[in-house]
Amino acid sequence: MRAVGIVLAGGNSKKMNGLVNKRAVSAMPIAGSYRCIDFVLSNMSNSHINKIAVITQYNARSLNEHLNSSKWWDFGRKQGGLYLLTPTITPDNGNWYRGTADSIGQNIDFLKASHEPYVVIASGDCVYKMDYNEVLEAHINKQADITIVTKDIEDTDDISRFGIVETDDDGRVVSFEEKPIRPKNNTVSTGVYVIRRRLLIELIENAMEEERYDFVKDIIIRYKDVKKIYAYKMDSYWRNIATAEAYYETNMSFLEKDTRDYFFKQYPDISSKIEDLPPAKYNPGSTVKNSLVSSGCIINGTVTDSILCKEVYIGNNCTIKNSILLTDVYVNDNVHIENCIIEARETIKANTSYIGDPDNIKIVAENNDRYEV
Amino acid sequence: MVRKEMIAMLLAGGQGSRLGVLTANVAKPAVSFGGKYRIIDFPLSNCINSGVDTVGVLTQYQPLRLNTHIGIGLPWDLDKNIGGVSILPPYEKSSNSEWYTGTANAIYQNLAYMEYYNPEYVLILGGDHIYKMDYEAMLNYHKKNNADITLACISVPMEEASRFGVVITDENNQIQEFEEKPENPRSNLASMGIYIFSWKVLKEALVTLRNQPACDFGKHIIPYCHEKGDRVFAYEYNGYWKDVGTLGSYWESNMELIDLIPIFNLYEEFWKIYTKNDTTPPQYIGADAKVDKAILGDSCDIYGEVKNSVIGSGVIIEEGAVVNNSIIMNGTVVGKGTVIDKAIIAENVVIGAGCNIGVGEEVPNKLRPDIYGFGLVTIGEDSVIPDNVTIGKNTAISGVTELSDYVNGWLPGGENIMKAGELL
Repeated sequence: MRAVGIVLAGGNSKKMNGLVNKRAVSAMPIAGSYRCIDFVLSNMSNSHINKIAVITQYNARSLNEHLNSSKWWDFGRKQGGLYLLTPTITPDNGNWYRGTADSIGQNIDFLKASHEPYVVIASGDCVYKMDYNEVLEAHINKQADITIVTKDIEDTDDISRFGIVETDDDGRVVSFEEKPIRPKNNTVSTGVYVIRRRLLIELIENAMEEERYDFVKDIIIRYKDVKKIYAYKMDSYWRNIATAEAYYETNMSFLEKDTRDYFFKQYPDISSKIEDLPPAKYNPGSTVKNSLVSSGCIINGTVTDSILCKEVYIGNNCTIKNSILLTDVYVNDNVHIENCIIEARETIKANTSYIGDPDNIKIVAENNDRYEV
Repeated sequence: MVRKEMIAMLLAGGQGSRLGVLTANVAKPAVSFGGKYRIIDFPLSNCINSGVDTVGVLTQYQPLRLNTHIGIGLPWDLDKNIGGVSILPPYEKSSNSEWYTGTANAIYQNLAYMEYYNPEYVLILGGDHIYKMDYEAMLNYHKKNNADITLACISVPMEEASRFGVVITDENNQIQEFEEKPENPRSNLASMGIYIFSWKVLKEALVTLRNQPACDFGKHIIPYCHEKGDRVFAYEYNGYWKDVGTLGSYWESNMELIDLIPIFNLYEEFWKIYTKNDTTPPQYIGADAKVDKAILGDSCDIYGEVKNSVIGSGVIIEEGAVVNNSIIMNGTVVGKGTVIDKAIIAENVVIGAGCNIGVGEEVPNKLRPDIYGFGLVTIGEDSVIPDNVTIGKNTAISGVTELSDYVNGWLPGGENIMKAGELL
């Protein structure tokens, strides 16, 4: 293969409203049966990139557990493999990762020891399908130094949380503003970059020497007039999940047939860790409408317009509506849940109700003891 | 040096001809069960859960599906550096090449495999039962009794005992007499076809009886060892154990899984049953769908109605379709408005729209009343059923059928359409 992959999965997000207290953004469950990082890992694997570094830092336990074997994405190979790069203390360095460029800089040996001419950098908190070879082709054709994958997003999204890219007619980046208060347009960076490996090493080493640690600010924006930075516009499905609203909306988009068909039925497949759970069970009296249900669920009550992650239990006479129940949630009898995200492994007591607002989804994290007598 | 305390030999070469069109192209151990599993997943999972990490799977009849399912054993954690799973088909030898002619003959032909692992004990298993069993507990029992052979046994109703090999034991569970399918059984303790042999005893018996035609454990090896004075013990098993040898028992044991509290529980945290997952997506239940008392595999799309049924992975049930009391295996599509009652539909079948399947009176099957009974409609894998046909009970269909195969769009009860493979 012509490229190695770097997946940036170390980030936190305050806008996740507490959902990241348990895990990194990249480890958030998506569409019931996946984790967010499955999408980028599957894209890498499906693009025949077989040497991948996943850089983690923030709250990585759950993510590391998900990545405890690389075989699910077919990275358990003699050539290449999946490298988990967590911050470590060395004789020269006692710092955490101080930014995205620093996280690559502290692991520069990974890049130096590789022989592939290119690097694909991507973030772990986006949901999309992409053949990175197409970006690489465009990169080579344009003789670009760096190629940024961009996407025109809808105005309803919170555009100001993204990097806004402006290009000339040829596609060359003329302006890149990180999280501007007043965005000039709706073309955002997807956080996917293609760059020659030797150039990346050089740019990172320069930045490290100058004690600059952010890839976007200190490399993309700083070099945009001296290096040829091109945009590659993608027009297929792409969502970033790093706010609670975006997370909810992204999941709910899987209730649309087009989204499901695109991800689940069209080549190539998205892979995830196999959990060996039994089939979902619908007991007498259960009613399920317009919902996604994952393996290991047992349903007794009523579920409408909702997403049930793996191993969710719904008791008798419950009503679940417009909600996402994360992995292994146990809902006792007579519970009403509407417009909520229920945190993983929660136990919801009988005869309770949790009602959020359609415009302000409620995040439920009660930490009840499941085996309370 | 390689050394394993106990290795398992799993006999998976049988056709299971009483399952009719379900086993026309696949060996019985590879038949789907319980939505997402195959029958062989149960003994294989039992092995790894019992700490038996070296398993030889003996295949013979239609092994393709088994081979692709087992692969390198990854789903069962049997992808080991030393040991793991090995597929053992019959092979050509410089002299005396033959198929596996009996259960013990098959094991005899793989003496070299067992020698390689240098075991103390060999566990002999079949691939056609649904159960969870700790073989390590059975091994401990074998050691405690200083036994040469231990047979796993289960109490069966006296009236059914004549279908099994039954054992008569003393107060220490040492076997005094052994009767293979007796007309008038004197005991209801039936052999489950699960044996632990001390390796030296097994090897000696297999070599001594190597010229016995169709050498069989129940008929030849066990009686031989018993007569020779070996210590043969019965290990009584009390859990769920289901032979899924007939379409009726196959249907029934699937249906037991959907009870409110099933007697065979797949939802327990310990003793997981592993299987090869081809797909991971969640299942989608449509806005007008109705699912009541059912289990559903991964990535199903349900737009119609499912009641009292076991549905495999990737099944699509379209708008207005009604599936009742049925088993539908992986990848099958049920067309709009089709009504199905009490059917077993194998993998990747396409059923047209507006069909009415499983209607009318029960009439005995004209071809094989012994196989296609129980009021079931049985449809073999990769079959196609055209739109708007009506199919009666105790029927069997296999192959790509067209409207012209049906008389006025109707297949009466007891009739068959066999367009693919061998006629059964």
